[in-house]
Amino acid sequence: MTPEMLSLSNSPLLFVVAMIVKILVVFGVTMGIVAYATYAERKIIGRMQTRLGPMETGWYGLLQPIADGIKLFFKEDIIPSEASKLPFILAPMMILVPALITMAVVPFGGDITIGQYIIPLQITDLNIGILFILAMAGLGIYGITLAGWASNSKYSLIGGIRSAAQMVSYELTAGLVIVAIFMMSETLSLRGIVAAQMEPLWGAASLPHWMHNWYIFSQPLAFVLFMFSGMAEVNRTPFDLPEAETELVSGFCTEYSSMKYAMFFMAEYANMIVIAAITSTLFLGGWDGPFYGPINFLIKVFGFMFFFIWVRATWPRVRYDQLMFMGWKIFLPLSLANIVVTAVAILALQ
Amino acid sequence: MATVLFYILSAIALTATLLCVTRRNPVHAIIYLVHAFFALALLFYVLGAPLVAAWEVIIYAGAIMVLFMFIIMMLELAPSQELQGLVWSRLLPVVLLSLTVLGATFAIIAFDPGGVDGIPVYFATPRDFGYTLFKEYALAVEVVSFQLLFAAVGGYYVGRTDKKKGGRK
Repeated sequence: MTPEMLSLSNSPLLFVVAMIVKILVVFGVTMGIVAYATYAERKIIGRMQTRLGPMETGWYGLLQPIADGIKLFFKEDIIPSEASKLPFILAPMMILVPALITMAVVPFGGDITIGQYIIPLQITDLNIGILFILAMAGLGIYGITLAGWASNSKYSLIGGIRSAAQMVSYELTAGLVIVAIFMMSETLSLRGIVAAQMEPLWGAASLPHWMHNWYIFSQPLAFVLFMFSGMAEVNRTPFDLPEAETELVSGFCTEYSSMKYAMFFMAEYANMIVIAAITSTLFLGGWDGPFYGPINFLIKVFGFMFFFIWVRATWPRVRYDQLMFMGWKIFLPLSLANIVVTAVAILALQ
Repeated sequence: MATVLFYILSAIALTATLLCVTRRNPVHAIIYLVHAFFALALLFYVLGAPLVAAWEVIIYAGAIMVLFMFIIMMLELAPSQELQGLVWSRLLPVVLLSLTVLGATFAIIAFDPGGVDGIPVYFATPRDFGYTLFKEYALAVEVVSFQLLFAAVGGYYVGRTDKKKGGRK
């Protein structure tokens, strides 16, 4: 008997168990990376600035994220008396939850077979996978904007307004870049997009066996545009204007403390992981590569994380008008041109 | 299962819309409207139109409402304190619209076209959706996109800068 795809109809119990295990693993690994990304960031930036970074807590400061977590947990949770209570409390959740939900559609490995059932290493394969990601990215904006508005503080409000304008501008570029990708893959499902990148690169046989037709080779411009608009979308340096310490104290999260502040922090790193995971899936063949599926995927994600941290250590923050100029007058026309060129190339090669 | 979900989501959508029109604080109203859009998107998904569901969230919840919020935050509107009297001329559109909707609902319940024809349950994949939209309704799509183009040109005209005077007109 040939193995069949595990679903709710052919084996409900195994399906539910497999689903729960997958959800717990993805959630656990994401949160683990979030915790140690803060450590990695301090350590890497420290080294780049000829400092040591955290060294005292545990061996080479390895317990630092845990110490930070405990510290934030025991801090006093202040809600400003003039704040709008409900949005103020909801905002940190509204930014963290969409970030974590997005991981549900990212495939992190090939299929595994247990008995007669095939289990895909992906929580769910929506047939509108990419659009789901864009939708969740759109909802993430509310967290920051509401935090800025509800705090009832000038710094927070300016941070919130900046982030709304910035995220809407760069979401447009990210969305248009993805159009070029699904013109090539002819599917919106992320599983399908990974499968579409499995062909030999330009039909050449002499390359290493794992070197496949990843979209970074056919869509280099789209790759660069998507990565930078992704960085703008998650408010990483050099696009961290919503929190810009030098002018806005801490931007939208100025008034936050304790666990609520920690949630913003976690959301920022979770969003970084999401952008790294999506960029790997769309442009670098997802879990495809020389090693075992999930290992390849983690290597790519860590590579992007290192790149983001590296950029933060080397680039100054851009000015607000430069940011808007870049988004609307450089990135947007380039992504539109990319769609036209891709369409012409696909028609010409048919 | 789908029926239960349908009623739950409809209840959420209706409650959120009701709260949206009754809130005095514009930002709170926007939050409820986003809830309503989200419930509506899930309803589309339950009814077998995942693509429409995705667009609903991306365009309405993700872009248009953010723009609304952006504008409201810029204007810093104070929540209006007093209700300026229920004038008959203000109530007329509300009453007319409500009566129209009520009439339509009554007609649907009374004549039950869905029950007679038995609308088939259909799952619209993105591919089917695209084929239908751009083959059968290509002209309508083009007309609508022209309308958007006019709107963009109009917006540009209204917001243009006067180069001679160096300021905004």
